[in-house]
Amino acid sequence: MLEIKDINVYYGAIHALKGVSLTVNDGELVSLVGANGAGKTTVLHTISGLLRTTTGEILLDGINLQKVPASSIIRMGLAHVPEGRHIFSRMSVEENLRMGAYIINDAKQINDNLERVYHHFPRLKERTRQLGGTLSGGEQQMLATGRALMTNPKILLMDEPSMGLSPILVNEIFSIIQQLHASGITILLVEQNAKKALAVADRAYVLETGKISMSGSAGTLAEDDRVRKAYLGA
Amino acid sequence: MSTFLQTLFVGLRLGSIYALVALGYTMVYGIIRLINFAHGDFIMVGGYTMIFTTPVMIALELPIWASVVFAILVCAIVGMSTELIAYRPVRKKGTSMSALITAIAVSLFLENLAQAIPQIGPNPKVANQIFSAGGIRIVDVTLDWTTMLTIGISVVVMVVLYQFTQKTRIGRAMRCVSEDKSASILMGINVNRTIVLTFAIGSGLAAIAALMYMAQYPKVYTTMGALLGLKAFVAAVLGGIGVIPGAMLGGFVIGLVESFTTSYVSSSMADTFVFLILIIVLILKPAGILGKNMGEKV
Ligand SMILES: Nc1ncnc2c1ncn2[C@@H]1O[C@H](COP(=O)(O)OP(=O)(O)O)[C@@H](O)[C@H]1O
Ligand SMILES: [Mg+2]
Repeated sequence: MLEIKDINVYYGAIHALKGVSLTVNDGELVSLVGANGAGKTTVLHTISGLLRTTTGEILLDGINLQKVPASSIIRMGLAHVPEGRHIFSRMSVEENLRMGAYIINDAKQINDNLERVYHHFPRLKERTRQLGGTLSGGEQQMLATGRALMTNPKILLMDEPSMGLSPILVNEIFSIIQQLHASGITILLVEQNAKKALAVADRAYVLETGKISMSGSAGTLAEDDRVRKAYLGA
Repeated sequence: MSTFLQTLFVGLRLGSIYALVALGYTMVYGIIRLINFAHGDFIMVGGYTMIFTTPVMIALELPIWASVVFAILVCAIVGMSTELIAYRPVRKKGTSMSALITAIAVSLFLENLAQAIPQIGPNPKVANQIFSAGGIRIVDVTLDWTTMLTIGISVVVMVVLYQFTQKTRIGRAMRCVSEDKSASILMGINVNRTIVLTFAIGSGLAAIAALMYMAQYPKVYTTMGALLGLKAFVAAVLGGIGVIPGAMLGGFVIGLVESFTTSYVSSSMADTFVFLILIIVLILKPAGILGKNMGEKV
């Protein structure tokens, strides 16, 4: 479904991604793990068009995303839950969710999607009129995820959904990710919490200072000595 | 009592003009965090457009208000061009300081360009005839209907604008872009187009303000927007820049302070009081009366 071939990304003189390639197949949950500053967010931003590559290719079902304007990429069936949630703090929960369906014109379809999201996240339904900025961290993460689901995306990019959450909420978020995966959504998950990310994923990639250093089935990587030492604290 | 009432209405009338201009500053600031110094000059553009198009409308036997619509369109186009030609390229490359300097440059450019046009020149033009020609008689009673109309139109415009930002798709997109540009892109919002549209609306409001200003002071000159713009900017800051109801509130506060000072203290003290109020409010509430602390999010 998603195929990234040999991309290089620069921030001015900083060479942030050095020939990264990765693939996410239909229905898969793929984790991208790596230390802080490795370039994980940069990978997701490049897929979403917030950043542009100098070389390489990003194909979504064969379509080259580099030729698609950033604000049109969501129309290709790709939704992105950004790092730090980026919810609209001065809008209500429901307004935030409706913004997620900005590209949809059919009111009935929007309402159906809204009901579906509320079904996934009953806690949001209890807070439809609350301002986004007044939600707790976990609720904000649910809102950002729900907002991304408002277009029924084929593929979901998630950037550090567990960041800054209490252990109970981390478990809750990961179980939501598993549910979404089970419901057939393809997911590319970026996490610093490598243990959890490997536990839920089908396959995984390890990113080190802008390069993919290892890849394989999540189970195999979780057993790998180097991964255990560097990322699993073993 | 009659002095009080009259002063009140003068203040509200003045305030509605400030409020409309302040909206232009606040909308643009809200969306790109830029103080659009050229905004005051859009009033001048609107004023001259009406002066020059009114005879044309009369000749074509079109209603006079058609020249107001035309002025709104011209101001909107000038505002959009300013964004496209001057601000956007600078925003891509430069810092917020270079954007600010560009805004001052656009302001000076518009004023000098106007002076260079032979039909405009440096001398003020009297705008009286467009109102008498249009049959809007300025009756000299305490509550003349120009005052009522000025306040009424401005309140209607503000209510419509507020509902527009709250309830419509484009209005919501504007609020999103003003809060978080990258998240807006992820929602599928065309950020650049939304910014251009914001300029169009804010600048169009300047034309309406020009109409009301000319109904009060029937004179048009190339720097007419400078002081009016400055006071409206103060109004926007006072109410909380970036916040739409704040601009309306700030506009009315400044209009009332000005008219009551003029009436009960002295007209030469009016501006002093306006700035005094600004300083006091900013000390007590740095973000303005209705201002929320809007951190610069990228
Ligand atoms: N806007 C930016 N300007 C300059 N350098 C940046 C910017 N964003 C990220 N970087 C640098 O690029 C590298 C990768 O960052 P990032 O993709 O955010 O890493 P991760 O998400 O894995 O923590 C880091 O060295 C970071 O400092
Ligand atoms: Mg990151």
